[in-house]
Amino acid sequence: MIPAQFDYVRAESAEEAISLVGQHGDESKFIAGGHSLLPLMKLRLAQPSVLIDIGRLTDLSYIREEGDQIAIGALTRHMDVENSTLLTEHAPLLAHAAGHVGDPQVRHRGTIGGSIAHADPASDLPATTLAMGATYVAQGPNGRREIPAADFYKSFLESDLAADEMLVEIRVPKMTGAGWSFQKFNRRAQDWAIVGVAAWRSNGSSGVGLVNMGSVPILASSVSAALSGGASVSDAAEQATAESDPQSDLNASVEYRKHLAKVLTRRALEQASE
Amino acid sequence: MTVTDNMATSDASIAAGNGVLGQRMLRKEDPALLTGEAIFTNDMKVPGALHLAVLRSPHAHARIASVDVSGALAIDGVHSAYSGADLADAWAGPMPCAWPVTDDMKNPTHFPLAVGKAAYVGDGVACVLATSDAIAHDALEAIDVEYEPLPAVIDLEAALSDDVIIHDDLGTNVSYTWPLLIEENEGDCQKAIDESAFVVTERYIQQRLIPMAMEPRAVVAMPQPFGGDMTLYSATQVPHILKVMTALTLGIPEHQMRVVCPAVGGGFGSKLNVYAEELLCVHLARTLGTPVRWNEDRSENAQATIHGRGQIQDIELAADENGKITGLRVRLIGDMGAYLQLVTPGVPLLGAFLYGGVYEIPKAFDFSCTSVFTTMTPTDAYRGAGRPEATYAIEHAMDALARKMDIDPLELRRRNFIPKDAFPYEAFTGLVYDSGDHDNAATVAEGLLDYGAMRARQAEQNVEGSTKRLGIGVSTYFEMCGLAPSRVLASLNYSAGGWESATVRVLPTSKIQVVTGTAPHGQGHETAWSMIAADKFGVDPADVDVLHSDTAIAPLGLDTYGSRSLPVGGVAIGMACDKVLDKARKIAAHQMEANEEDLGFAGGMFSVSGSPDKEMPLAAIAFEAFTAHNLPDGLEPNLEAQVTYDPPNFSWPFGTHMCAVEVDTETGQVDVLQYVAVDDCGNKVNPLIVDGQVHGGVIQGLAQALYEEARFDDDGNLLSSSLAEYLVPAASDVPPITLGESVTPSPTNALGVKGVGEAGTIGAAPCVMNAVVDALAGLGVPDVQMPASPLNVWNAIQQANKETSQ
Ligand SMILES: Cc1cc2nc3c(=O)[nH]c(=O)nc-3n(C[C@H](O)[C@H](O)[C@H](O)COP(=O)(O)OP(=O)(O)OC[C@H]3O[C@@H](n4cnc5c(N)ncnc54)[C@H](O)[C@@H]3O)c2cc1C
Repeated sequence: MIPAQFDYVRAESAEEAISLVGQHGDESKFIAGGHSLLPLMKLRLAQPSVLIDIGRLTDLSYIREEGDQIAIGALTRHMDVENSTLLTEHAPLLAHAAGHVGDPQVRHRGTIGGSIAHADPASDLPATTLAMGATYVAQGPNGRREIPAADFYKSFLESDLAADEMLVEIRVPKMTGAGWSFQKFNRRAQDWAIVGVAAWRSNGSSGVGLVNMGSVPILASSVSAALSGGASVSDAAEQATAESDPQSDLNASVEYRKHLAKVLTRRALEQASE
Repeated sequence: MTVTDNMATSDASIAAGNGVLGQRMLRKEDPALLTGEAIFTNDMKVPGALHLAVLRSPHAHARIASVDVSGALAIDGVHSAYSGADLADAWAGPMPCAWPVTDDMKNPTHFPLAVGKAAYVGDGVACVLATSDAIAHDALEAIDVEYEPLPAVIDLEAALSDDVIIHDDLGTNVSYTWPLLIEENEGDCQKAIDESAFVVTERYIQQRLIPMAMEPRAVVAMPQPFGGDMTLYSATQVPHILKVMTALTLGIPEHQMRVVCPAVGGGFGSKLNVYAEELLCVHLARTLGTPVRWNEDRSENAQATIHGRGQIQDIELAADENGKITGLRVRLIGDMGAYLQLVTPGVPLLGAFLYGGVYEIPKAFDFSCTSVFTTMTPTDAYRGAGRPEATYAIEHAMDALARKMDIDPLELRRRNFIPKDAFPYEAFTGLVYDSGDHDNAATVAEGLLDYGAMRARQAEQNVEGSTKRLGIGVSTYFEMCGLAPSRVLASLNYSAGGWESATVRVLPTSKIQVVTGTAPHGQGHETAWSMIAADKFGVDPADVDVLHSDTAIAPLGLDTYGSRSLPVGGVAIGMACDKVLDKARKIAAHQMEANEEDLGFAGGMFSVSGSPDKEMPLAAIAFEAFTAHNLPDGLEPNLEAQVTYDPPNFSWPFGTHMCAVEVDTETGQVDVLQYVAVDDCGNKVNPLIVDGQVHGGVIQGLAQALYEEARFDDDGNLLSSSLAEYLVPAASDVPPITLGESVTPSPTNALGVKGVGEAGTIGAAPCVMNAVVDALAGLGVPDVQMPASPLNVWNAIQQANKETSQ
């Protein structure tokens, strides 16, 4: 559990972080909360030669209203997302999901930006923000660009971010008053989901995101399409696995995972319809 | 109130020395542990120490063609590096196994680093010494080992087939077969099975478990500057055994070896061993003349520290038309893993005597265990060691029998309980159970769970189409504790005895020192032992100091395991106190010019009956004993006594556990709604510590039932090698536990105690699994494989659906 040797630089601003990555190249990595990166390094599955610490960029830790969206700085800790009154009012699904990430220690250190940039299909916030139709804001040497969540996740642990780009902001639409549900199925309270479902419904539209149902976070658009077409909740839930391609592991076979996704989607839609 | 101001339920009589026993006193150990002041082995600052790191085989079974350490030697900060072959001459003997259970037991020669062949993923093949732990780990990556991989042997029945032989020179994977046939007349067991009204035939798989002590292992070997003495600091639960075994294995004169355990963070049996890294550190420190240390990683701990359980159990239980047990046959296959560690082969034997549970069993018992080598981490004693497995089998089979007879499982148990007035009871095995009151324990548990009401609720809830099914679990147990009468150990071929030593001295200023041969690693002996002495002498437990876990300070002892410390070690302390008091009484009589018989002793004060003005406190006697100015003729100075106590019998704690679970049939999730444990461990020295032991034990048993499993893939890789995959339940996963009271003192020792370290674990796994199956039986589910994970439960339901629809 001892990482290989690496150098460490602390960035004082996003611009500096981006230029440091440019300088050090491929072998360097941003470190935010370190709660995904450090475990990989301790197992020597990741061996970056330089860590660029963006953990202290407090100006990127915020949650604020911007028109019909809520903007969240990439360095905002899960705990702050969980406890935000703004989110609780306008996007309670996200606040609630953040409260189910790991345990309190993890939530105090881990950041929403790190979680999304890491692009782990088993993580809670990528699928949740995907279901919500979020927009991610990346900053590179040539300025900022916006990436719709639906275009962001490319393959296992790979996102649309270029090596010298930093995720700076996550924007979610306000869903004031919408029905929502987050179903996280795991064996111990602090574990990653075996399968998770984030869902919302409002005025005939809906969104369903699936956790750990493929190599990327899954948007279950067939479920939403079925609902729009007038299908019952339980019939729509049967469509939950149309977009997914799950793996088997110690906790679940492929068959069981697919079954769980349907059960949990049905439960999520029932709750979101209340 | 400060942390050390520690009477949880304070009682004015404590300071006076009366009634200390039985108080819920907070533990003396805790302030240091909770504030981080306690020093664990890896916290020791050892200037100049070299750090050891061990290169482990990535193959479950492979010939080692070559090992080239030159790459490691080229790294800055690396002191030296060795292959198994380089150190082949260092060992005076192979790694020790202290329990040759049969005369023809096969025991593969096993050295701290493998030579020629690696036999599990994690088997050490080379090692590095460097100036830091980080450099040592970097250097491991520079060692070049050429392996010729061979097929892994993971399945116990495949191992039995000898298709792939792991240890070439043995010619077989079978280590031993150990039978225990107890019949009045030949063929009684078969007859019972053939002729009884009801027979259940079941197969249970005890999955492998990883002990996962909170503190992984750690070692510091420190050569003394002059004379060749060696001090070994180790996170072990057996300093005394370790001292003898390192001396023997390394050819060091025993009086030159000293073993010290700093604070030790849990063991559960995993630190009841002699490990390769201890021998490597001592050997290298000794030859290099410099301290050598090693600290285990968590994933190393999962791979290279012993595992527990790992058995296939076939059980046939026969009963007459009323459910009275008429016979019992058990066939075990025991998974030894790649090598025999200290007591590996003995674990199934410890359970052999408990397959009869708490029941009246006729002499129609046929047990046999065949143990095999596999290419997995060696197994050894893990909390309960053989006894939880046995209890699981009989208790799970009792439920199967109750289902077959269509009667209530509690009622079936009651029909078979050994009645209270039958104790002491000579069981079918010839062992004598000291005391018990099973009906009472069951009645207390029944009341706490509100068993009848829970059954009614179940009938209402488990209707057709319900997706939340209620299950009720019952388990009862007898545990064989207080290891152990030395003669019984001899009859089982164990290489040591089971006595324990205690020395008690009253210092000149009347403070008391207790020296014990037990080796606490979380159990609270400092608190409990000082309470025993405080009660005897009528002093405050704060005035008693307990010395332990250093073979220079406590040279005699047999350490801590098998729920032995209180019923053997604690009893020895009481006896040593009595011996000291006898001497003090002689001095008091002499000083006060009275007859010994006329002396009373209470509250730390000797008094003369009939002369209210004549009294002398223990403090004054202690000082007289020290100055020796005026002692009775022929009496030696000082107040000190040593006792070595060999128990006449095991102690037999018992109890009843009950729980209610709800199973979500759509997902397979099991939710434990309520858990009730009634554990009778005889008299309680400190009920707070007893409660803690039961809580921890119940959680560990529940963990086997629902969460934990060491899983290997077909190539022998441990898949659950981190705490993300090996699911040790955390506080938020634990159900409410209600403890019930039952106290039946043991008549075989003066304190009336029985031991409680393993009890909870023994009761919990069958209790929870019985509840899970009880919930699902109505769906046609005959059993669920442990752990009852959502996946295993769901699979069992699917299987039952398939079978009913056919
Ligand atoms: C015990 C434990 C349990 C956990 N349980 C859960 C769980 O149940 N659910 C869950 O969703 N997660 C869980 N996590 C993961 C946790 O949520 C992490 O905090 C999160 O996934 C990563 O955030 P971080 O800030 O720690 O990122 P880091 O570990 O610092 O970084 C992760 C990756 O993202 C990159 N990165 C970080 N920030 C940026 C940025 N702004 N721009 C570009 N790249 C960036 C890094 O270079 C790195 O590659 C758990 C973690 C632990 C240790």
